[in-house]
Amino acid sequence: MIHQTIVKKKTYHDSVTLMSLAGKLKKQDGVEEVIVSMATPMNKELLENVGLMTDEAREATDADLLIACRAEETVLPRILEEVEAALGAKKAGAKRGEKTSVKTFDAALEISPEANLAVISVPGEFAAREARRALENGLHVMLFSDNVSVEDERNLKTYAAENGLFVMGPDCGTAMINGTGLCFANDVKRGGIGMVAASGTGLQEVMVQVDRLGYGVSQAIGTGGRDLSSDIGGIMMRQGIDALLADETTDVLVLISKPPAKEVEQMILERVMRADKPIVLCLLDGKAPDDLPPHVTFTTTLFEAALAAVRTYEPNLSVELVSDEAKTWSNVVHRTQGTERFIRGLFCGGTLTAEALSILRGRVSPLTSNVAKRKDEKMTDVFTSTGHTLVDLGDDAFTVGKPHPMIEPALRNERILKEAADPTCGVLLLDFELGYGSHDDPVGETIETLKQAQAIAKQEGRILPIVTYICGTETDKQGYADQKRRLEQIGAYVAHSNAEAVEIACTIVKKGVEIHG
Amino acid sequence: MANWFNSTLHAINIGASTFSKDIERQGTDVVQYDWSPPAGGDIALLEALDRLNTAETDERNAEAVAKIKAAHPMLIGINHARYEIPGMHAQLILHAGPPVEWADMCGPMQGAVIGALLYEGLATTEAEARELAASGDIEFAPCHEHDAVGPMAGVISPSMPVHIIENVTDGNRAYCTVNEGLGKVLRFGAFSSEVLDRLRWIENVYMPALQKALEVSGPVDLRTLIAQALHMGDECHNRNKAATSLFLRDMMPAFLEADLDEDVRKQALAFIQKNEHYFLNLSMPAAKASLDAGHGVNGSTIVTTMARNGVDFGIRVSGLDGWFTAPANFVEGLLFPGFEPTDAAPDLGDSAITETLGIGGFAMGGAPAIVQFVGGAVEDALDYSRSMYTITEDENNTYSIPTLDFRGTPLGIDIRKVIETGILPVINTGMAHREAGVGQVGAGIVHPPLDCFTKALKAYSEEVSHV
Repeated sequence: MIHQTIVKKKTYHDSVTLMSLAGKLKKQDGVEEVIVSMATPMNKELLENVGLMTDEAREATDADLLIACRAEETVLPRILEEVEAALGAKKAGAKRGEKTSVKTFDAALEISPEANLAVISVPGEFAAREARRALENGLHVMLFSDNVSVEDERNLKTYAAENGLFVMGPDCGTAMINGTGLCFANDVKRGGIGMVAASGTGLQEVMVQVDRLGYGVSQAIGTGGRDLSSDIGGIMMRQGIDALLADETTDVLVLISKPPAKEVEQMILERVMRADKPIVLCLLDGKAPDDLPPHVTFTTTLFEAALAAVRTYEPNLSVELVSDEAKTWSNVVHRTQGTERFIRGLFCGGTLTAEALSILRGRVSPLTSNVAKRKDEKMTDVFTSTGHTLVDLGDDAFTVGKPHPMIEPALRNERILKEAADPTCGVLLLDFELGYGSHDDPVGETIETLKQAQAIAKQEGRILPIVTYICGTETDKQGYADQKRRLEQIGAYVAHSNAEAVEIACTIVKKGVEIHG
Repeated sequence: MANWFNSTLHAINIGASTFSKDIERQGTDVVQYDWSPPAGGDIALLEALDRLNTAETDERNAEAVAKIKAAHPMLIGINHARYEIPGMHAQLILHAGPPVEWADMCGPMQGAVIGALLYEGLATTEAEARELAASGDIEFAPCHEHDAVGPMAGVISPSMPVHIIENVTDGNRAYCTVNEGLGKVLRFGAFSSEVLDRLRWIENVYMPALQKALEVSGPVDLRTLIAQALHMGDECHNRNKAATSLFLRDMMPAFLEADLDEDVRKQALAFIQKNEHYFLNLSMPAAKASLDAGHGVNGSTIVTTMARNGVDFGIRVSGLDGWFTAPANFVEGLLFPGFEPTDAAPDLGDSAITETLGIGGFAMGGAPAIVQFVGGAVEDALDYSRSMYTITEDENNTYSIPTLDFRGTPLGIDIRKVIETGILPVINTGMAHREAGVGQVGAGIVHPPLDCFTKALKAYSEEVSHV
């Protein structure tokens, strides 16, 4: 093994590009470590930790690019070449006269004077500045970036509201405006169901479920997770409600959030109460407000929210949460020993984790999760599962210096094997996200690991049931049918909704010990 | 808002390009903005920048640039520096770039100072000249602080003839010596008898001849000459072929008509004809006279000077006093045969005044003949020109670039935009040998150090926060 660390001064590439590149290279034979990242203090620490720090790298700044690699002597030069080729490609493309990318905001406006939306995914400390400039130029903003201060968020949203503009975010992962899915979004039909959500995968799940029920979405507005806090006061949720109530193509509204701050909930409810369209209020983990008028339906799961919205069109529609197929599948799953008692949920979607927690609460015990707010449900160590455990792998603890698991699902593989080796693990509960923004083949990234996990359990005389949910539509770019088929080939169950997957997992661990006859 | 829902979505994606690819895949219009951290990621600097991003600064800059655009430089005469340059005196030597002490000067500049002291008769040997220069009896000052500019070492001593350029709009003047040609010349630090003899010929023979020719021709309109030359493949810094030819063509009847000794006439015309960079010493003071018109606009962040002394790069800003300097970079480009990169001195000379006016490197897209200095492809040259519009306040409709559909040259470098984008002005320039008197070793492009702009911006921001 040899290693090399290169500093490229004043060379900026966004972290998503860099991390997916590093991820790709790391998988090659003969490669032990590859770091391609901007020289932020955090990334420099990472470099130090893997023993690839140099004096030059120590002096590097946020605007400099770090390329570090430890690999077989014969492999290393090729890896460095591949980095150059991947990062240089854009420039070569531009030279052929394709002027699709620009270096300044003004230049972007020059090319597209009619621009009406800025999608911003720059590092948090710079994001508010970019957002402000976009707003001042009359653009709506989708702020994917996180780490934006509460003060900046409030200022941006106040300014936007005064000027009739939207600020979706910060930390907004999903939206669909005028039929275009933004950042992480599924390819869903257009229709009359309008949504405003303070959660990314929650919004994706409701959109997907609505699509599966045969209906479509008018607009899906993300607000960012903090919008309904008392600091922000639900500025964008309120604005989103008003806009959808005024929108002629929207027949029914779905509002999705974790329980808001009390006074914010009051403000939201005021609007909801006097609305002239049916409204589905989905508060995960929440309690139904008192005295809801008939045009308001309250739900606590995403699946019910989708169903309730569709009932605007088909009032008598009834869909079993747990399908017959699921019941049959869970019936043949058996346990051979007495130890495998616990659900181990390893999620890429944060809100899907929260929904699972909400469904399982009171039904299995002990139950912990890194998305839990209640003290007795919090995990003491997010890297170790005990009892029934629901882990959101999008948690900062797992993503430091790495892409989100929706972009890079392989991040979860190590944990899958760890659970498989744990004799108390009774069922693996997994989600896969398809759609724009997500990895091109999330199942492909995981399938070998799942086979390995099954082998580990088998070796120890156990059987490891795998219950999955693919949050995606038939028309998503990854190919839903193929993703599903590959999971089913290894005996995993692919649920129709996240809620169904959770129900089945619950059923399995609650079954008594059966000896397969 | 409801309108937005009924309209077509047009997105600008700032950051991760995967998002724009997915938006494009859905058939929605999207422009990818390949973002990089503004101000190099320096948050304090960014805050300083935002304090200056006001409508008032915009107005001040528009005012400064309007003055620069309105300037109309003309060659009105030639005379000894001592009679023309403000503050010139017998013990004063002017040099290129920001202030520099004798001991710190680069090789070519020391050589040029030695040559000037010999030429003035203040010393008779190199050793004497060195001793005198180091004694403190000689005062050194930047050309720019005396309304003058000089290429390379840029040395001007009292007896040297200087072109007199007047901005006839405002009446301010700028001065520059006569270009000596290539090879062993004072501006590259040579001070052999051949060099000094040529300087004396310029003083005693050429200057009186040009004076007489100018009496016949009257003032020469440099603004028009530059505008025409830009349409003929010059950028008026590293290429002056067309401009020198035009100047010679315009002056020819006057030289023929002027009351001159026949031999002098031939020598004078041959001198201009053989030196294709003659016009550089007219384009530079023309740029200087124009930019000085826009200097001193209180509150303006427009750069009015970029100059190098072979050690430091210095800029001056319209609304600020003094220089903002940082160590000069080395020029990157082509070396003449027989020279190594280590032979070159750091970036040198006042000629970056042309880029400050938006010609030179800024107009490189219109000078395809010299693109071998910038990588060989015309597209590279066009890209350099195009990128300069992102750091300038305006476009100069007087000077235009044919290959960019006659778009006006990018005018008015705004330090705010330089800091915001990290895009640095591009300068076309010659490379001097680091030792005195060897001459030019190549040509290429160079950028000012970002620190000059950072320092200027910080100084500005402090001024603003004290008001």
